[in-house]
Amino acid sequence: MRARARPGAPRRLPPLVAGPAAVAAALFVLPLAALAARAPWADLWSDLTHPAARTALRLSLVCSLWATALAVVFGLPLAWVLARVPFPGRRALRAVVLVPLVLPPVVGGVALLLAFGRRGVLGRLLDEWFSVTLPFTTAGAVLAETFVAMPFLVITAEAAFRAADRRYEEAARTLGARRWAVFRRVTLPLTWPALAAGALLAWARALGEFGATITFAGNTPGRTTTVPLEVYLLLESGRLDSAVALSLVLLVVSVTILAVLRDRWVGAR
Amino acid sequence: MRAGPQAPRRLAALGVCGALVAGACGPGAGPVEGGGGPAGRLVVFAASSLTEPFARLGREFESAHPGTKVRFNFAGSSALARQITEGGGADVFAAADESTMARVTGAGRARHPVVMARNRLTVLVERGNPKGIRSLADLARPGLVVVVCAPEVPCGRLAVDAFAAAGVVPRVSSSEENVKAVVARVALGEADAGIVYRSDVTAAGARVEAVDAAGLDADDAPQAVYPIAVTTTSANPVAARAFVALVVSARGRAALAASGFMVP
Repeated sequence: MRARARPGAPRRLPPLVAGPAAVAAALFVLPLAALAARAPWADLWSDLTHPAARTALRLSLVCSLWATALAVVFGLPLAWVLARVPFPGRRALRAVVLVPLVLPPVVGGVALLLAFGRRGVLGRLLDEWFSVTLPFTTAGAVLAETFVAMPFLVITAEAAFRAADRRYEEAARTLGARRWAVFRRVTLPLTWPALAAGALLAWARALGEFGATITFAGNTPGRTTTVPLEVYLLLESGRLDSAVALSLVLLVVSVTILAVLRDRWVGAR
Repeated sequence: MRAGPQAPRRLAALGVCGALVAGACGPGAGPVEGGGGPAGRLVVFAASSLTEPFARLGREFESAHPGTKVRFNFAGSSALARQITEGGGADVFAAADESTMARVTGAGRARHPVVMARNRLTVLVERGNPKGIRSLADLARPGLVVVVCAPEVPCGRLAVDAFAAAGVVPRVSSSEENVKAVVARVALGEADAGIVYRSDVTAAGARVEAVDAAGLDADDAPQAVYPIAVTTTSANPVAARAFVALVVSARGRAALAASGFMVP
């Protein structure tokens, strides 16, 4: 028997669809291709192994991994609560948690300053009681990255917790498993691909973070100057080639992550 | 006038207007030829420290030349220089130092810059100077949060010179990418002191004050030099030259002086 054409895949693309689709694709492909074309391939290695670049790369790796870890440790329980525990104000809380997805990161940075800065609502107490100030420190950069990255994990994990078939969990409970055992042996195996995807997305977002970081944590080489900040400063000083070289690293990492996530995120085959 | 290279660019602009939302490109967006006087849209790229006096001069220019519309792009000089050498779009470029202007003239994108103003550095602290900062040397005190401009931008290069001249090695907490960010740090109370231009103190408001006699007022102390030039890619050179003439006129110098700049 002949295989039938898959439903939803028309043989001939209508021009009214193909035209705008091509424009949309070009919008994304062209700038990235231009960046790659501008890349100083001959000097790429020396650009990337320049001390300032290496410091920024190392710091970016450390900060983004810390931010991802914090997002997992605090974001997973939050996602669980949002998915499974009904309480008044849950919708509002869910909306607030997702705000960093659409908030300009610079505004996020200002908000972080007003909360955790030296004169901030909580920052003032941190300073008075523990002599801890977050702005201008690596911890501050991690906090800024966590702020913008965690919503990616929460939104993905919450959807997974909602979608997981609760009958399996209930069956495990009736068979005498404790709640933690149910989570570890039933819920986690059901949801882990989505949780991993959320963590990867959060990591990619943390790696690219610029606005909240420079606004809240400032710019100090070795402490808060992550790769995006270094790229910006290289542009400021007119060293476009080195800036493009560092940008390429971020680009390659992002494209790799998104390619890995393709199945989960867009459900493509 | 150089009609040759302009024609294709105007065609390209038409294409962009067609593709974008119609409101972005209305009538009067281009220069009106043949009238003699300045008309049409003028795009001025200026260092962020020039925000207040240039905004005022822009309004004066528009009322002195009906039919003109001045659009400003205020940012760090280096970013502006990059935008001009990579893309263009500016009729006038005013930079906060001569080397940044040299990058643009060197690329053939501007000609014959003139110095319109100078600026000195000062130490900015919170109102009342709670940490008792009196000199540049005080900024080396441990426990103080000091922010400066990054050495990649003019105010940062100048600060490096000033500290070197004073033999002071400050403990810098953050190197900001533009001078207004330094002002904001001090105004928010995140930093105890910042190095900014004198002209920024005028615009900074009541939460901050400058430390006078910090050793930055001496005749041989480093100065910022502000050159201004018409770009070679200007789509409206008549208005561009008229705007530069206004900036270096007595009225322009008065506006700059009122904002704390030193004028020739």
